Amino acid sequence: MTTGVVYTETVVHAAPAEFVADAPYQLAIVTLDAGGRVTARITGERVKIGDKVELAESRGGVEFFRKIAG
Amino acid sequence: MGIGKTAFGAFPDRTLRSLAVEAGEKCMEDAGVNASQIEAFYLGNFAGPSFAGQNHLAPYIAGSLGLTGIPCTRFEAACASGGSAFFHAVSSVAAGLNDIVLVAGVEKMTSQTTPKVTEILAGAGDMAGEGRAGATFPALFAMIARRHMYQYGTTREHLAAVAVKNHENGAKNPLAHMRKVITMEQALAGKPVADPLTVYDCSLISDGAAAVLITPLERASEFTDQPVRILGIAQTSDYVALDAKADITTFWAVREAAEKAYKMARVSPRDIEFAEVHDCFTIAEIVATEDLGFVKKGEGGPYALEGHTRLRCERPVNASGGLKAKGHPVGATGVGQICDVVLQIRGEAGELQLDRHSLGLAQNLGGSGATAVVTVMGSI
Repeated sequence: MTTGVVYTETVVHAAPAEFVADAPYQLAIVTLDAGGRVTARITGERVKIGDKVELAESRGGVEFFRKIAG
Repeated sequence: MGIGKTAFGAFPDRTLRSLAVEAGEKCMEDAGVNASQIEAFYLGNFAGPSFAGQNHLAPYIAGSLGLTGIPCTRFEAACASGGSAFFHAVSSVAAGLNDIVLVAGVEKMTSQTTPKVTEILAGAGDMAGEGRAGATFPALFAMIARRHMYQYGTTREHLAAVAVKNHENGAKNPLAHMRKVITMEQALAGKPVADPLTVYDCSLISDGAAAVLITPLERASEFTDQPVRILGIAQTSDYVALDAKADITTFWAVREAAEKAYKMARVSPRDIEFAEVHDCFTIAEIVATEDLGFVKKGEGGPYALEGHTRLRCERPVNASGGLKAKGHPVGATGVGQICDVVLQIRGEAGELQLDRHSLGLAQNLGGSGATAVVTVMGSI
């Protein structure tokens, strides 16, 4: 399982043309436990810096992370 | 040295070429130079092909200025396109290749819808990574702001103080896009764009052009009674993708460019009397004041809120209104900043004229920090 910690995040309200239908959506840079960082979408509950997250799915080349409960 | 600028704003009836030509002609007139004397043309433009469907822009614009038979080249470095064109023009003069060089920057952005503009601007980031995930430019700077808040306690009020100050200055700038004063309450209650940034934290989508003529110091007196000297200049780079940087609360390219430019100019940050910095977003001005060495890391927010960067205070930052109020026609911005510093040094900044104006700095940033150009200028 790919897991990591939220390094920073934002909720995008004004989206580029391609993603207008998705807005508002949360984006985060996740520091992966295995090393390195990735810019990903957050699915489900909103996250904040320091939250632990896990990879929920990859869709259209984009990784979606979700908060790990507790 | 000569300067020329169009007003920045939304000009539905103007073409990219007409804006660039207006700035170029004003600049040539300012220096009393005619087209036959110009030896090279450097153009800063980010996305003319995307915004206006026109490529091969440098000779396209040069031809309309009556410039043919000389090297004409377009520079693209996202929002630092203008600064990059200027840096390379200065390099060519310093190398002795050319004596009289025209630099222009132009962007025509308002002919597209905001989502389309957002998409084109996102192309200055890493489209295969952050772009595919849905990162806009406001989103990248929002993530910088969030991390800066987390690490240094920067607040929404700190960001809003930058917007309030720059609008206050811009209201006095006859060439500014947004000549409207805003209150702290308004700035804090803006419509969200990418949390924690609101519309009041974002610079404007604008049309506009700016131009500068440069020449070796020993020939400057042929063109002006008040030459402005380029004391130090540097362009540096960093990774394009935000997630590739170790610490996103610092623009490392800005720090390195500033160090090099200060060294070349033989000055230290505390000698700089005023600065035009790249406030594409309010957080960027706060980070810039830190990375340029005006304050310690993390102190940029309180420094802005306490008013030290306001007109005629300790170190005025963006006396022109900055990108925030003046407008941000991307390719024109870096050249426009040079024009604004020159105006101050010459003492021609009108209502915005500063009392200490003999040593100024311009800082132009591309993308989320992948290109930085820092220029230190002074009176002779």
